Amino acid sequence: MEPILSVENLSVRIAGLHILQGVSFTVAPTGVTVLLGRNGVGKTTTLRAIVGLTPPAGEVRGTVRMGAQSLLARPTHRLVRGGLGYVPEDRCVFAGLTVAENLRLAERRGSTPAYDKVFALFPELDRRGRQRAGSLSGGQQQMLAIGRVLLNDNRLLLVDEPTKGLAPKVVTEVAEVLERVAESVPVLLVEQNLAVVRRLARDAVVLAAGRVAWTGDAQELLLETALTKSLLGVGSAEGHHPAGTPAGARKDQH
Amino acid sequence: MTEVKSPEAPAPPAAVPDELTPGRGRWHGLRPYLPLVALVVALVLPYSTLHLPGVFEGALNSPGTLQLLAVCLVFGGLAAGYDLLFGRTGMLSFGHALYFAAGVYGTDILVTKAGLPLWQAGLLAVTGGTILAALLGAVALRTVGIAFAMVTLAFAQVGAILVARDFGGLTGGEEGLPLDVSGLPQGLVGVTNTVNLYWLALAYLVVVVFVVHRVSGSPTGRVLAGLRDDERRIGVLGLDPYRFKLVAFTLAGGLAAAGGVVYVLIVGGASPHITSSEWTLALLVMVVLGGPGTRWGPVIGGILYMYLDHRLVAFGTSDAVEALPAFLSNPLSQPLFVLGTVFILAVYFFPGGLASLAPRLALLRHSLRIPSRRP
Amino acid sequence: MDTVILLTLTGLGLAALYFLVASGLSLVFGLADVLNFAHGVFLGVGAYGTWWAAHNLPGAGSDGFGFVLAVVFGVAAGTLVAVLVELVLIRPLYSRTIEQVLVTVGLSLAGVALLQATWGADARPFPRPEWTRQVTGILGANVPNGGLLLIIAAVLVLGAILAFLRWTRYGLIIRAGVENREMVTALGIDVRKAFTLVFAIGGAAAALAGALGGVYFGTVSPGQGGSLLIFAFIVVVIGGMGSVIGSAYAAVAVGLTQQFVNYYGTSGLGDICVVALLAVVLLLRPQGIAGKVATA
Repeated sequence: MEPILSVENLSVRIAGLHILQGVSFTVAPTGVTVLLGRNGVGKTTTLRAIVGLTPPAGEVRGTVRMGAQSLLARPTHRLVRGGLGYVPEDRCVFAGLTVAENLRLAERRGSTPAYDKVFALFPELDRRGRQRAGSLSGGQQQMLAIGRVLLNDNRLLLVDEPTKGLAPKVVTEVAEVLERVAESVPVLLVEQNLAVVRRLARDAVVLAAGRVAWTGDAQELLLETALTKSLLGVGSAEGHHPAGTPAGARKDQH
Repeated sequence: MTEVKSPEAPAPPAAVPDELTPGRGRWHGLRPYLPLVALVVALVLPYSTLHLPGVFEGALNSPGTLQLLAVCLVFGGLAAGYDLLFGRTGMLSFGHALYFAAGVYGTDILVTKAGLPLWQAGLLAVTGGTILAALLGAVALRTVGIAFAMVTLAFAQVGAILVARDFGGLTGGEEGLPLDVSGLPQGLVGVTNTVNLYWLALAYLVVVVFVVHRVSGSPTGRVLAGLRDDERRIGVLGLDPYRFKLVAFTLAGGLAAAGGVVYVLIVGGASPHITSSEWTLALLVMVVLGGPGTRWGPVIGGILYMYLDHRLVAFGTSDAVEALPAFLSNPLSQPLFVLGTVFILAVYFFPGGLASLAPRLALLRHSLRIPSRRP
Repeated sequence: MDTVILLTLTGLGLAALYFLVASGLSLVFGLADVLNFAHGVFLGVGAYGTWWAAHNLPGAGSDGFGFVLAVVFGVAAGTLVAVLVELVLIRPLYSRTIEQVLVTVGLSLAGVALLQATWGADARPFPRPEWTRQVTGILGANVPNGGLLLIIAAVLVLGAILAFLRWTRYGLIIRAGVENREMVTALGIDVRKAFTLVFAIGGAAAALAGALGGVYFGTVSPGQGGSLLIFAFIVVVIGGMGSVIGSAYAAVAVGLTQQFVNYYGTSGLGDICVVALLAVVLLLRPQGIAGKVATA
């Protein structure tokens, strides 16, 4: 299958620091691809570089393609209008605006906003339309952050740590929603919660020290405790089946 | 992640290191001595009767020219002192006029109203200006970035109001306060002694340059440069940014007050316009035009700015400009219009200021020369 | 009693002037991070545009409808200059905030010099309708009509800006952009169009301040904008950068403080009290009394 997104040799330098040093991976046209790695390894930087939000002092090299289209050097708002939905880390809803205003802001010109779809997924957003987004709970804010992107048709969603700081019950809810979303649109997900990863992810890309350390089947990665531990610094699930191969050893990788 | 929207303290481009400048020409060996050559020229200048028509109105050693040169030199020093804040520490202060004015008005009032001898008045004025900078800096530095700029601006505005409203009849209000010269040393009074004021201005410039270079070469200076580039990094090292910034602010304030003492002697009085925010903006323009954070840029910027500020008036009323149509000649007769425009162009096209031009030109010369060597 | 009323109303007149200048400054800073030193130039353009139109524009004059036309012309000129400044000078330096501040500094120097070159450095009598020179008796106090006109204009402008921010799509974009500009672009919105818009709004309000300030003071001079600008800056900082309503509160606080202290204390003491107020507010709440964090 032709990948929906291909990242080749992506390097990002911010204020003299090489955050990413030649990252290459692809995102399948269906399902969830998860981007893993320890804290500070450059996962968020990768997503932000893809969507064109590297800070002005930063320098980006390499190529990023969505379909046939090259993404780098195009302004963020164009990319988003072209169907690249972005759900940032820490949700970034507009605290001073109401829920309805947050949603209205996300309507894109030239397409009909799918309020019925969003409200079916998140009935809460419909009920709380007049409430200020800043007074929502963390989970509700996350719903809003995802919901506003789903108002429009997307070719690919970039979702950055949607379960960070949420209560276990809410984490499950968010995971459920993402599972349903991923049925219709491919998702590139940054996620630390391995239970969520196990539930959602089909492919996995692991970053270490600004480079791709491992790519392959996400479920197989999770079974490999030692590998997970060395790459992610966390203990993983049960099982000892060998899985995946280090990136350097893969032939299909550029 | 919440977006950091505040405009952080400015980070002017660092100087191009000397070793990167490709200038293998005949003059390259002389480069380190250029400041010395400039100093020798400055020392010899008052003995020259040379006429430079168009550049100066009278001969080089005429009192008018010497006074203009003295003002230029003082501002070269003031700009270098201000650069200690802007170019070397990354602090955007809009209130530097206050400390300069403390030197100017302090000296003037103590000499004219209190009748103190000059050396006491000058010493007290510089001490007072330094203490004022330390006190106000201690408050203002609790904020950073644009808020810091606003607080310093507001503090300086108080100074401007105090001077303009003439509280206690000390400052002379809008009229300004002419310096009472009767108690001054004879060598500093009268048109024939302008050359001594020139020496004084030159000495001030040399002292400021010396101090600024010593400070920026010291460990403290490296911390200041670190603050300019990334304040958090300094915090991580366990150093207190606040203390270092306060040191720089106080020192720059003291240097400005000293400049005020020299300035009041050269122009023979104090006038309220030196307390205005425009005056600080002019310093900022000098530093940016010259090249913030560079060794000689601010000095050259200050000298050039004051020279142009004076000479553009003559230029504006010259025959060549008068002959132009009114829509051109009127703006050109306004020095601030020309300087403001040049400044905007400089921000766009020469972000490193004049100091960045030399390496660029050298680079250009270098690249032009290489092909010509090939047969 | 009538002194208090007079001082209150003249203080509010001053506050109106500050608000007209500060509202635009605040929006521009809140959205685009540009500390606009050239804002005083927009005010000067508005004042001189009105002055010029009253003398030269056919149909315009210093009274009745002609005066309205002259003010409209002045405001249009100020708006146009503000938009051009944004498009030509500010936009190419997008998100390089220090350079943007420097450019507006240069512009403030060059702009005032240009006004001076064209119309001279001295104050000129401002054309104004006869009734603005008179006073209205309110509860025993004789209040200058020019001041009342400023207050009414400022209230209308405040209402218009708030309605615009509340009920239009661009208003929504501006409110969101003040909070988090980057996220607005990440929703597919070209936020730079909103920059031009806030410059236009700010330019129009400042130009109106120039025209009506001319009526209030009776004269127009190139440096007028600059001296107002410092107090407008103080209003913006106290009110919280980016908050229009905060600017309104702060303008009233500053205007009244200045007027009362200058009257009951020494002349000039009020101005100093205002600066002290700023220092206190900044030290207690670096983000101002409303609005977003203005420091780091």
